[in-house]
Amino acid sequence: MNLKRAVRSAYLVLIYGFLYTPILVLVVYSFNGSKYSLEWRGLTWEWYRNLFDDPDLLQVALNSAVLATLSATMATLIGTMAAVALYRYRFFGKQLLNALIFVLMMTPDIVMGIALLILFASLSLPLGFWTLLLAHITFNIPFVVVTVLSRISGFDRHLVEAAKDLGATEFQTFRRVVLPLLMPAVVAGWLLSFTLSMDDVMVSFFVTGPTFEILPLKIYSMVRLGVTPEINALCTIMLGVTLSMILLAQLLLREKT
Amino acid sequence: MRIREPFKLVAVGTIWFWLITFALLPNLLVIIAGFLERGSDEFVTFAFTLDSYRRLLDPLYLGVLLNSLYLAAVTTVLCLLLGFPFAYLLTRLPTRWRPLLLLLVIIPFWTSSLVRTYAMVIILQTNGLLNQLLLELGLIAEPLELLYTGPAVIAGMLYTLLPFMILPLYAALEKLDRRLIEAARDLGAGRVTIFLRIVVPLTLPGIIAGCMLTFLPGLGMFYVADLLGGAKALLVGNLIRDQFLSARDWPFGAATSVMLTVLMGLLLWAYYLSSRRASRGALP
Amino acid sequence: MSEFVIELRNVSKVYGANTVLRNVNLQVQAGEFLTLLGPSGCGKTTILRLLAGFEKADGGEIFISGQDMRTLPPEERHVNTVFQSYALFPHLTVFENVAFGPRLKSIRGDALRERVMDALRMVKLEEFASRKPGQLSGGQQQRVAIARAVVNRPRVLLLDEPLSALDYKLRKAMQLELKQLQRRLGITFIFVTHDQEEALSMSDRVAVMNTGRIEQFGTPRQIYESPENLFVACFVGEINNLSGRVVAATPPRYDIRLHDRVVNLKSKFTFAVGDHVNVLIRPEDLRIWREHEGSDEERATLFPAAVEEVVYKGSTVDLVIRLDSGDLLSTTQFFNEDDRAIMNLDFGVGERLFVDWVHDWETILPHED
Repeated sequence: MNLKRAVRSAYLVLIYGFLYTPILVLVVYSFNGSKYSLEWRGLTWEWYRNLFDDPDLLQVALNSAVLATLSATMATLIGTMAAVALYRYRFFGKQLLNALIFVLMMTPDIVMGIALLILFASLSLPLGFWTLLLAHITFNIPFVVVTVLSRISGFDRHLVEAAKDLGATEFQTFRRVVLPLLMPAVVAGWLLSFTLSMDDVMVSFFVTGPTFEILPLKIYSMVRLGVTPEINALCTIMLGVTLSMILLAQLLLREKT
Repeated sequence: MRIREPFKLVAVGTIWFWLITFALLPNLLVIIAGFLERGSDEFVTFAFTLDSYRRLLDPLYLGVLLNSLYLAAVTTVLCLLLGFPFAYLLTRLPTRWRPLLLLLVIIPFWTSSLVRTYAMVIILQTNGLLNQLLLELGLIAEPLELLYTGPAVIAGMLYTLLPFMILPLYAALEKLDRRLIEAARDLGAGRVTIFLRIVVPLTLPGIIAGCMLTFLPGLGMFYVADLLGGAKALLVGNLIRDQFLSARDWPFGAATSVMLTVLMGLLLWAYYLSSRRASRGALP
Repeated sequence: MSEFVIELRNVSKVYGANTVLRNVNLQVQAGEFLTLLGPSGCGKTTILRLLAGFEKADGGEIFISGQDMRTLPPEERHVNTVFQSYALFPHLTVFENVAFGPRLKSIRGDALRERVMDALRMVKLEEFASRKPGQLSGGQQQRVAIARAVVNRPRVLLLDEPLSALDYKLRKAMQLELKQLQRRLGITFIFVTHDQEEALSMSDRVAVMNTGRIEQFGTPRQIYESPENLFVACFVGEINNLSGRVVAATPPRYDIRLHDRVVNLKSKFTFAVGDHVNVLIRPEDLRIWREHEGSDEERATLFPAAVEEVVYKGSTVDLVIRLDSGDLLSTTQFFNEDDRAIMNLDFGVGERLFVDWVHDWETILPHED
């Protein structure tokens, strides 16, 4: 019996180890004093300082943050309204809409990337900030919808009826009753969208332009040239940001009404 | 005419508009582009041709395609083999551990794949961690050339995609009614029988979802092949990217992408069918 | 037409293959406490939802204060609902819950405060204004739901089985409070319940419903003492049902043969000789005579029986009696110090008795299957 347990635990630990070791190595080595080899040469913040001394890099990071914030906000707006509509209303093509959102979520990044590229090209839109923004909003929406929808299903229908009974219009009901109760899921959706946006490589790859550089693509080009401690540091920061957002989102989603 | 419920109109209208413009339309354009001719100044000229699709059948590109399919399939199978027991074990743990352990799987899921691939590079480098470890342990005399090989690419994809397989599997396994297994045991079924005739059919939607989330990105993830496989690795993802950015052969790139999309459609359909079957067979 | 605050004309409602309401007609007077009473599925809640505006009628018309409700959504009707599950907004305090309606009408500041506290005072919850619904007991939540509805001064208040989740004592207390509240406010109350005792004790008038139809509509007294059909007779309170046959007819009086006795009774229905009828008697209207009481000739008009079951209920004793002719009757006996013979109500199982009832306290209905 105990052998069975031991084997099981060992397996779990193995897989977790596999999943986390590379990341941990990355983080640890971002503090490594040695620049070239992987020998440990003491703790240092040097690489992080180098990052902050690079104004180009900071600008790129800011670009990404702005893009992520805007796209997350827009996607959350559209996605939340869509989730509420899907849950509450009957309308023409509802099943189709559901299916479309699902397909959108499942679409491989590369397919979405070139599809949007072709769209922008045919509209003669110059590639840059705006095309990036539109693309990011598009791939974020399904995640917001799914997050909010899963929260909505626990919603007491009578609350909406009570609000209408007391004189509230659809919008007033949404604003004063539905939205406050959905808030944790809405915020979680925003956080997830922000993360997705900050991390996106493939869709951005196709729709980006020379005028607006973003962080993931910058990292990609840096990484192709080889491993450096500065990249380690940069990646560690990205990991940290992602981690905190995801943790926060999970906390919000776990709260019971 | 006074609009009843303007809110409903705005909400439904917005999402429809967005999806049609940025999801439906672009994909239609891709399909169309696949049938057009490559242009000289512009990206495409409006001349109908099946050239692009014919080129797909060219042994050179077919080879690329098959190679990619092979790599992605291997990755998917490996993910399945590793992920299924893992997900299963997770569902057997006491409930108070699960949120935390699930969280530990979810975190890599949401973390940038690029960063995680880069982490693999660090480990697999010539003077990387793995080599150093093996040298230290005396298992090898000289560092291995791990990077820029096929196995490296697979390892990288496996590393990136494993969480994508685990989560749907976990969701499906969790919903599995334990009583069904007990009933089967009671009727005398052995472990293998139970697994093949009960567990697999009922968790099939989850399995297919996991394969979808692993296989499709596996075909498209050109940066994994780039970083871990070098210029040698020409996969479908790289192919598409090159057509659009270097070779400027958009129709060809589009055709390739359409083929990917068709594959995705097939998998989605399989998923849909299997989940219909599974829900019909489920207990109320 | 406009003298009625609510009028339903030939209203019908269908859900899929189910006809939930069939040609319902109802007129409600302003300021009355009306109860819709019936078993589950009879359509009483549907009527409420039609009045509130959450559903649309498939046939017929609905008028509130003379206005056709066909095109009016719930938020525009001067009607408020107290939900069975209370449906209090969990993220708002008690004060904000009650203030919800007035706020939508742009009532602010001191005026708002006054109105809300007034409503809370009416339900005796002023001290709970800053609590959230999750911190209140079931009875308190229910009162908040009532306050939230009445603060809007609706013309009609709809109450959907509001007391069903409360325990017995609290329920009785709330029944009284609601009745007093209604009288004080003067608002028309439409109350839905399946508890007939509740209906009788609170209402000015009761509509007894069954499978989408109103079986009888009248004061509690009329419903209880003069049921118009077998359903109403059996649904409201306990009833004893004796089958008989008309042997002589001199309307409004008839000679009816019940087994081997013939009794002369009055009925508002018209019967012919040979008609089968049901003679319905309430348990408390039956009189019991002990074996040794009375003379033989007096006993000739009584029905002999034996006690099958004695149920002590504290204030009464119920007896299940089997007549010699086979019928099973149920009777309720009150402790009565003037009647020496049965003063102690110490009946024993198997004891022999004689039974009759006060004539004209029974109801005679045409026979139904």
